[in-house]
Amino acid sequence: MTLANSPTLVDYDEVVERFDPMLGLEVHVELNTRTKMFCGCPTAFGAEPNTQVCPTCLGLPGSLPVVNRVAVESAMRIGLALNCSIAPWGRFARKNYFYPDMPKNFQTSQYDEPIAVNGWLDVALDDGEIVRVEIERAHMEEDTGKSLHVGGQTGRIHGADYSLLDYNRAGVPLIEIVTKMIPGTGARAPEVARAYVTTLRELVKALGVSDVRMDQGSMRCDVNLSLSPRDSGTLGTRTETKNVNSLRSVERAVRFEMTRQAGVLDAGDPIVQETRHFEEQSGTTRAGRRKETSEDYRYFPEPDLVPIAPPVEWVEELRGTLPEPPRERRKRIQADWSLSDEELRDLVNADALDLVAATVAAGAPSQEARSWWVSYLSQQANSQGVTLDELAITPEQLARVIELVAGGELNNKLARQVVDGVLAGEGSPDDVVAGRGLAVVSDDGPLIAAVDEALAAQPEVADKIRSGKIAAAGAIVGAVMKATRGQADAQRVRELVLQRCSG
Amino acid sequence: MTDLTRLTAAELAAGIHSREVSAVEVAQAHLDRIAEVDGDAGRGVHAFLHVAADAALASAALVDEAIGAGSAPASPLAGVPLALKDVFTTIDMPTTAGSKILEGWRPPYDATVTARLRAAGITILGKTNMDEFAMGSSTEHSAYGVTRNPWDGTRVPGGSGGGSASALAAFEAPLSVGTDTGGSIRQPAAFTGTVGVKPTYGGVSRYGLIACASSLDQGGPCARTVLDAALLHEVLAGYDPLDSTSIDAAVPAVVEAARAGASGDLAGLKVGVVRELGGEGYQPGVRASFDAALQLLEKLGAEIVEVSCPHFEYGLAAYYLILPSEVSSNLARFDAMRYGLRVQVADTGSAEEVMAATREAGFGAEVKRRIMLGTYALSSGYYDAYYGQAQKVRTLISRDFAAAFERADVLVSPTAPTTAFPIGDKVDDPLAMYLNDLATIPTNLAGTAAMSVPSGLARDQHGGVELPVGLQIMAPALGEAVMYRVGAAFEAVRDAEQDGPLIRRVREWS
Repeated sequence: MTLANSPTLVDYDEVVERFDPMLGLEVHVELNTRTKMFCGCPTAFGAEPNTQVCPTCLGLPGSLPVVNRVAVESAMRIGLALNCSIAPWGRFARKNYFYPDMPKNFQTSQYDEPIAVNGWLDVALDDGEIVRVEIERAHMEEDTGKSLHVGGQTGRIHGADYSLLDYNRAGVPLIEIVTKMIPGTGARAPEVARAYVTTLRELVKALGVSDVRMDQGSMRCDVNLSLSPRDSGTLGTRTETKNVNSLRSVERAVRFEMTRQAGVLDAGDPIVQETRHFEEQSGTTRAGRRKETSEDYRYFPEPDLVPIAPPVEWVEELRGTLPEPPRERRKRIQADWSLSDEELRDLVNADALDLVAATVAAGAPSQEARSWWVSYLSQQANSQGVTLDELAITPEQLARVIELVAGGELNNKLARQVVDGVLAGEGSPDDVVAGRGLAVVSDDGPLIAAVDEALAAQPEVADKIRSGKIAAAGAIVGAVMKATRGQADAQRVRELVLQRCSG
Repeated sequence: MTDLTRLTAAELAAGIHSREVSAVEVAQAHLDRIAEVDGDAGRGVHAFLHVAADAALASAALVDEAIGAGSAPASPLAGVPLALKDVFTTIDMPTTAGSKILEGWRPPYDATVTARLRAAGITILGKTNMDEFAMGSSTEHSAYGVTRNPWDGTRVPGGSGGGSASALAAFEAPLSVGTDTGGSIRQPAAFTGTVGVKPTYGGVSRYGLIACASSLDQGGPCARTVLDAALLHEVLAGYDPLDSTSIDAAVPAVVEAARAGASGDLAGLKVGVVRELGGEGYQPGVRASFDAALQLLEKLGAEIVEVSCPHFEYGLAAYYLILPSEVSSNLARFDAMRYGLRVQVADTGSAEEVMAATREAGFGAEVKRRIMLGTYALSSGYYDAYYGQAQKVRTLISRDFAAAFERADVLVSPTAPTTAFPIGDKVDDPLAMYLNDLATIPTNLAGTAAMSVPSGLARDQHGGVELPVGLQIMAPALGEAVMYRVGAAFEAVRDAEQDGPLIRRVREWS
């Protein structure tokens, strides 16, 4: 691969010493409404191509859109949760451009009359510092279909042998949330970007209006970034980086663009205002196809829809349904569970906060719930290559396992086997216990026999215990546990060993 | 034996429902008539682009069966044949909107209008010719050849719904459905001596109506009498949850109004003559017919008042900014990717090249002209001056109407400035063609209701036979009842004074 056009990257510390970054983020959230934005087709992810379509979302001649009320409600709740004002009257607009995966060759969107404007979101950085990110707007629009370009080298439409089109996604409701430019982040720009998207994701998830799965595209982030010479007060030319599909990528994309743009500027070249694509593998960005003319979308109000004019009572009713803001929720949880800042951060970074909270809500103590999700289950998710919430165990099931341990019916080792069984699809924890025969052996009869056997096998150890060296009992306990394949209650075994040696 | 094709829809329905005649016989008589006069482009009337004989007879047989079994008819028009403008989707017939780009397209769904016709037991004979995507005033812009005017085969039938109007005047169908974006129902009605109604915007569902200009398009009934139009109006109209712009209100009782009008007078009613519609540019014979109509209205007891609508003069200009803007966006979907025509471009043709080649080959000149006008009008930097200004004019025209309806119950004008013009006369002069719709456009811009009723005959400067003139009656939004009452009263007195219905004087097609 040739790097002929690649600029020399500037060392990051040097970048922030000499430049001020100006950051802006556009986040698309795919709503989890049962049906599409303007028709009754289902929105389920992963169906056979072109099976969730109708005349309207295929843009067939004569078809007409009808607004999904639940989508409007979700948009307003997102707006309210972001402290925005809800527009008392607004229209959809048509954004006109040609592309094969756009059924009508215009996208029904909101243009100059978005449903929510002028809000803010407080975002906590890793060290606890709070940054207030100003929200410019949140507006509704419909998603496009998906193109799969087959053949060629780039996987892009140019040079492809042919393209396949899937319109299942066409018309799925999207909310686009646009920040105002975020100034003064300096060296922390990448961290601020990640923290904002993390917090926004948490908020939208708490609202219950989206799956916010970045890996599946139900949450997508575009990063706008420009650099200007330190303290110059000027505004540099910005690039827009798309295809940023994970929280970590948000941070990496900002960081890379900063080092790249500094290199371009140092070489005396201008920054080209363009769309760039983030490359997950290399952590770099590459220029999209450059357009010879700037796109003119010829926006005009959508004549097939009537204006949206939510009555004040409706807006207030929705305000009453808002969840606790993420920062306050975290504070409350930290106090309730007595967590240190580091423990809370680990929980957030492991994306386990909601799962632990749900496990606690199902009756488990927070300490145990936290430990399971952050360590054993995180390892399992990691080795399966899935996210934590994709694991085939529910918080309620985990709470049951914890309950069985607390009741002495399982020990930790057995509990892991039960969890493995649940993950393997063997049913509920109780099903796995029954199916695998994993109950702790608590009947003393077989245990006494096993203890006696172990003592007989190691007479010198038995003598040590009899002579008062209680610490030596560990070896016998270990042998018994081994013999019972871990199903014995170790505490009880120890008691029995001491009992048999004292007589 | 009575010629079934000469009867009105109301008469046919009465005969079918009392089992004097079967729906199948009625359908067959009309299919025979179509076979006799419709012919191919260049020879016959060419009102139809598609005739669905088997489906029509099957549908009629079902009506006969139900009536034979003693069931009540599905609607007052059950068993009556109808011609449907080829702009409404039909699951069992091709739908082209008069364009090459949709040649042979079979929609996978029925328009709401189509579904309502079927539910009413109406026999759909086929699909009628039209200017491509309803853009035109003569049917000459159809990709499938011009429709001829049954009054004089060398004349146009008007447009865009020339096929729906000529089918009535040639006795190929007693009823038809049209769409009216700037006069596409009313001007052809005037040119063919038939009745055409443009309902209040939102009165008839647009779901399945292939859009020309979304904020102006409105489907409506066409017939040879006002009562027939009213009967069809009540079948077509009504709230449709699939069309967001559909009005969720009771359908005006237009049948009752038409019956009351036909047997009563117009005492106490104020009829407003719009000063700005009817002066300069109107053919002398059209003005004479209009003046005679006013006298008949006075004779019915109506008080004639003059009203002024000063912003109507900007209507045409505003219309030709709003319509092309919406057209440029509505027609973008015809890109060869999913349905309709696809023109292949060598092996290396990119998606964009295929789109461009298909649109080049598939769209006619008038459609391309309007796409370009609209694309320009919506471009950044021009939007405010063109589309934005036009929307302001639209508001002013609505206010003109509101003020005029303060002073009069209905407004009247000639429907079109001239009688039917010769084929080929204006096809190369878009501006002259656009002037046809001067008097009809304000109603579309305001979203109000209007109808055209035959007022008489006139001879133009080309000589030849006398041709029909239409009287336009305009009413406020959802004011269809008073409009039908006036229309029916006028029709009755005109027929009485002038030796029967005007349509009887159409020559026999040869």
